[in-house]
Amino acid sequence: MNFDDYDPLQGKRLQVLDPEGCADPELLPDFDDDTLRLIFRWMLAARLLDGTCLTLQREGRMGTYPPVEGQEGCQVGSALALGTGDWVVPSFRELAVALVRGVQMEKTLLFWMGHEEGSRLPRELRYLPIAIPVGSHTLHAAGLAMGLRYRGEKGAVLCYFGDGATSEGDFHEALTFAGVYKAPAIFFCQNNAWAISVPRKIQCAASSLAAKGVGYGIPSIQIDGNDPFAAYVATTAALERARAGEGPSFIEAITYRLGPHTTSDDPGRYRSSDEVERMRPLEPLVRYRLFLKERNLWSETWEEQISSEIRDWIAEGVRKAESLPAPGPHDIFDHMYAELPPHLARQKADLLDGLKEE
Amino acid sequence: MASLNLVEAINLALREEMERDGDVLLLGEDVGREGGVFRVTEGLQQTFGEERVMDTPLAESGIVGVAFGLSLLGLRPVAEIQFMGFLPPTLDQIICHVGRIRNRSRGVYSAPLVIRVPYGGGIHAPEHHSESTEAILVHIPGIKVVVPSTPADACGLLKSAIRDPDPVLFLEPKRIYRAIKEEVAQAMEPIPLGRARRVRAGAHLTMVAWGAMVREAQKAADILAEEGVEAEIIDPRTLSPLDTEAILASVRRTGRCLVVHEAARTAGLGAEISALVMEEALLHLKAPVARVTGFDTVMPLPKGEHLYMPEPSRIVRAARKMMRF
Repeated sequence: MNFDDYDPLQGKRLQVLDPEGCADPELLPDFDDDTLRLIFRWMLAARLLDGTCLTLQREGRMGTYPPVEGQEGCQVGSALALGTGDWVVPSFRELAVALVRGVQMEKTLLFWMGHEEGSRLPRELRYLPIAIPVGSHTLHAAGLAMGLRYRGEKGAVLCYFGDGATSEGDFHEALTFAGVYKAPAIFFCQNNAWAISVPRKIQCAASSLAAKGVGYGIPSIQIDGNDPFAAYVATTAALERARAGEGPSFIEAITYRLGPHTTSDDPGRYRSSDEVERMRPLEPLVRYRLFLKERNLWSETWEEQISSEIRDWIAEGVRKAESLPAPGPHDIFDHMYAELPPHLARQKADLLDGLKEE
Repeated sequence: MASLNLVEAINLALREEMERDGDVLLLGEDVGREGGVFRVTEGLQQTFGEERVMDTPLAESGIVGVAFGLSLLGLRPVAEIQFMGFLPPTLDQIICHVGRIRNRSRGVYSAPLVIRVPYGGGIHAPEHHSESTEAILVHIPGIKVVVPSTPADACGLLKSAIRDPDPVLFLEPKRIYRAIKEEVAQAMEPIPLGRARRVRAGAHLTMVAWGAMVREAQKAADILAEEGVEAEIIDPRTLSPLDTEAILASVRRTGRCLVVHEAARTAGLGAEISALVMEEALLHLKAPVARVTGFDTVMPLPKGEHLYMPEPSRIVRAARKMMRF
């Protein structure tokens, strides 16, 4: 796959798997049956875990949570393209990416439950903690990638963000830096049509968000974001460019957020349920089921069986997350600096003394 | 030993740290070919190459955000923001990420970067080129804020800042960039952060001043000495974390505390030091804590900046009032 064949300025868009489940044989990656099924399994795991999070939130066992439903395809496809030396710089809706990259499920749960341990991700994972300020982390990806290049390391950096982030200044500065220094970075925009209540057309007058990448001299492509193969193919091509020292790429994955921005918002105030119903048949699991079925790799029984395995796995993750005690009072001070400075030592002592008196 | 001004001393620190550690990188606007608009980084790109001394696009948030990304790998980027007036776009990165990543990741990641920022007034510069907004930075958790007032301190403190495992904002008082020369040893030892320096000993009054205000305090102390008032001057050198013990020990001895800063008055560091003295040394006080500061106004343009800057005459007036109390 060549980025040049999909000029976003001409309205071209990469699609491997269409909504009817038909794959373009020219573009379909050479996956064995196990891998083809694994892709479904990851998407399903994210879908079911997402549902669990919504339940936990409703039950008061989790705080505000941003659902991923609808975006599993581009997340799983892109994440599967990564190698062990590659880094992920996520935003906050990358539940499926986290699962594929081996972030322990309870970490993600803990984060949304308001526990600091949710962001303690071992360095070997090469997966940065969730970054909430929209777009701000794109610069970290550029810097990390420049650092990998300086160190002569082979890895690349895959950075996820949404359509809203492309309006933030930091996004533009990140593309500027990455382009100028040929940083091995992949900027992966999940254009899910809505930034809370603001639709894509209010985000920018450009015909595509990928056009923004073009403006910074970065090979840029629009893909069908509900197609895990397109995400895999585009990310693989971008990784090859990065590893060959050819610099950054920009991928705009056109997907759709089926749920609310977070559990705190009511999409009924800004978009019609008709729109959501029109988008449902296009979501990634629907087409992927059809694709597997066509190849005799899917049956209801099989899906029920793996669903049941996944539910057990999720239950175990929830149990682990909920059994972790709340952090002690010392904890809010102990990670501020490598060495606790005197003023914080005094404040910590004050807090601890006060608690003793209570 | 060479007699160096502040610019040369900072340049020496950068050069020696870059020689010592290949992970030290410089980045910023005009820091390479130009050697920095104040020539602080002069000659460094020639010595260490474009890979280690990067002329960046004109994007302040980008400079700090990218430096942060570099630092996550364990590199030690030293970013320059050309003037403190152009620091605001970087505050998002500093507040939201630079000062938080160690705590957020529970110590898995840290950001051992330095952001150098020429700051302060008195150089007859255009709008946005004379700000002194250190109090904003001191209010941010997870970072350190360092301000040298002499060439040797600048060299030694910058070395510590670069080697520090946590992010350091290194504020350079550009008014005295070339005003003071001092012997600075080659390969001098780093000066630990968080420790104040007693600039001048005196029994009657403690002046707390940093950056370019140390020199103004010294001028004021000379005038006061002729009147029989011995002023002690404490330069905290690190504003966060502040060497509170050094300040308190001096105030307990003199019974009077006068804070001098060119930053705006309200919620400035003078207010913090005043509260500290109230909390910890109230019964030693012979007069209320006093502040000589800039005003809660926009920094005036050059024709008016002398009205804004704490000058020796204002400091002397405040000191006399304290002595009469």
